[in-house]
Amino acid sequence: MNNPANNTAILQSKTVRTQLEQDTLVFEGALLIDTVEEVSTSLSQSSPDSFSSIDISALSQMDTAGAWFLVDQQNQAEGNGRSVEIVGAAPAQAQLIETVRQSMPPAEARTPARPSFADWLEEFGRRVMRGLRMTLELISFMGQVIATLGGIIRHPRRLRLTSVVHHCQEIGISAVPIVALMAFLIGVVLAFQGSAQLRQFGAEVFVVDLIAISILRELGILLTSIIVAGRSGSAFTAAIGSMKMREEIDAMRTLGLDPVTILVVPRVLALILMLPALGLIADISGLIGGGIMSWIELGVSPAVFQSRLVSNTDVWHFGVGMIKAPFFALIIGIIGCYQGLKVGGDAESLGRLTSASVVLSIFMVIVVDAMFSIFFAVVGV
Amino acid sequence: METQDDPIIRVRGLVTRFGTHTVHDGLDLDVKRGEIIGVVGGSGTGKSVLLRAIVGLLVPQAGQIEVFGDSVRVTSEAEYRALRRRWGVMFQDGALFSSLTVRQNVEAPMREQLELSDDLRETLAGIKVRMVGLPENAMSKYPSELSGGMRKRAGFARAIALDPEIVFLDEPTAGLDPIGAAAFDILIKQLQASLGLTVFLVTHDLDSLHAICDRIAVLADQKVLAVGTMDEMLEVDHPWVHEYFHGPRARAALSSVSKSGAH
Repeated sequence: MNNPANNTAILQSKTVRTQLEQDTLVFEGALLIDTVEEVSTSLSQSSPDSFSSIDISALSQMDTAGAWFLVDQQNQAEGNGRSVEIVGAAPAQAQLIETVRQSMPPAEARTPARPSFADWLEEFGRRVMRGLRMTLELISFMGQVIATLGGIIRHPRRLRLTSVVHHCQEIGISAVPIVALMAFLIGVVLAFQGSAQLRQFGAEVFVVDLIAISILRELGILLTSIIVAGRSGSAFTAAIGSMKMREEIDAMRTLGLDPVTILVVPRVLALILMLPALGLIADISGLIGGGIMSWIELGVSPAVFQSRLVSNTDVWHFGVGMIKAPFFALIIGIIGCYQGLKVGGDAESLGRLTSASVVLSIFMVIVVDAMFSIFFAVVGV
Repeated sequence: METQDDPIIRVRGLVTRFGTHTVHDGLDLDVKRGEIIGVVGGSGTGKSVLLRAIVGLLVPQAGQIEVFGDSVRVTSEAEYRALRRRWGVMFQDGALFSSLTVRQNVEAPMREQLELSDDLRETLAGIKVRMVGLPENAMSKYPSELSGGMRKRAGFARAIALDPEIVFLDEPTAGLDPIGAAAFDILIKQLQASLGLTVFLVTHDLDSLHAICDRIAVLADQKVLAVGTMDEMLEVDHPWVHEYFHGPRARAALSSVSKSGAH
């Protein structure tokens, strides 16, 4: 082994041979993790089950896997009522074999039972309970945030104004281009699709009503909320979650700082302020998109578009859209921050909860939007 | 080609810089095969940076690093892969993959480097986990469910998963209680003996230095200031080294060693 040339040859070849001499199984070569499977298959094919000792004096190299293999052979033979001894081990090899012997798996290997119907039922029940518990926690978290908000209204000095402004910038100003572009394109699509359908009835000019009502009432604010949930809701979860992972939240608590006041309230407040503004931008840019497309596609001039818009569209359509905005903002902010505070010690949970935060907040926004539709239908707006 | 007497790691004229901050300036270090070398130095003297440079995680500005007689920096990707198989690294706090269980963590390098059957891989990973003294029920736990000491043990199990020739340990005993740290020292010594490891140990733990290190390398002034046994370190006439090995904590550690040696 001290000879470098020999060493290279073995490193390159990395083979092991076994040979049965009388009742001794002789190993030769390198019994390594790379070769142990090979020798295992060749041994099981020739199945020499009569050996009473294993000679490893001709082994040039042996690693943990090799040592395991030898000990495993020994244990198997003992299981069949034969005793096998390992001979010819160098001191280092003997020590390795001894270390491995102490680390062998316990004899009775536990096989996992197949999941039964009862297991499935139990798992289902657990999931339901987990869902219920999360709903309860979410509602109580919302209560906590609202209570803190109320406290801040009474004691305005507690508000972290710098933080609120920073988040307004992040949530609001930075999102203007994407929100405006998205709403513009939605306006274009509505005008294009609407005109194609309405032309069949010779009612092209109603495309103005179609665009105005759908964008002002529903699409403007709904799509803005979805974009903000994807942009800012996920950022809330990731930012708060990574602070949680690095125990910053715990550090805040020990310093007497309330994480809800410092982290959650500025974010939620910034969202409540910014989402209506973004919704307004989306409304305007959607109408512009729709107007341009109607002009190109149907020849409805901007002046006609404007006069029809003003005379035929009730201002309440815009009002309905804007009323929903703060509620959507609250949902996105609460869910984003709540999921962030739920992050545990591992990176996996951060990723899982970030995605859960986006999915859940978009879902809840749509659910609440549906409830608003019913409500406004009932009150007749 | 290397022979037995050549250093297994050979660093010459290493220069590393972060921006304008020079960490190492012409650092030389030899590590002999089969020894446990402890690397000490004040905070910010670049102990971990040296480790990262040797394993190729960080490209130094200048200098030569040879491991097993081959340069780490100029090798091809295939050669580097082969080289990587021959060493294992344990980072501070284990750096376990948090989405995998302990057993899967230990299986990860085997899965990447070798084509083994699932059964064999699981068995071998199980042996490695038991070797580092983790209990049977730790196998299927996730890193976040383990204590700091157990995470370090699991990180060590992953580092030795492929029976490397060198293991790099970055502060293995930091943050452990004295009993756990002593147990970890014994573990390193035992596995070093039975697996024939060369151990590159970055540590601050004076007890570890006394208990298991064959030689100690002191990093200061952007160089390896002194290399030698514990006794030789006590003779070094540099203010920092003197303070380090003659400070109150060092005296306590030394006296406990000499007491236990007298028994």
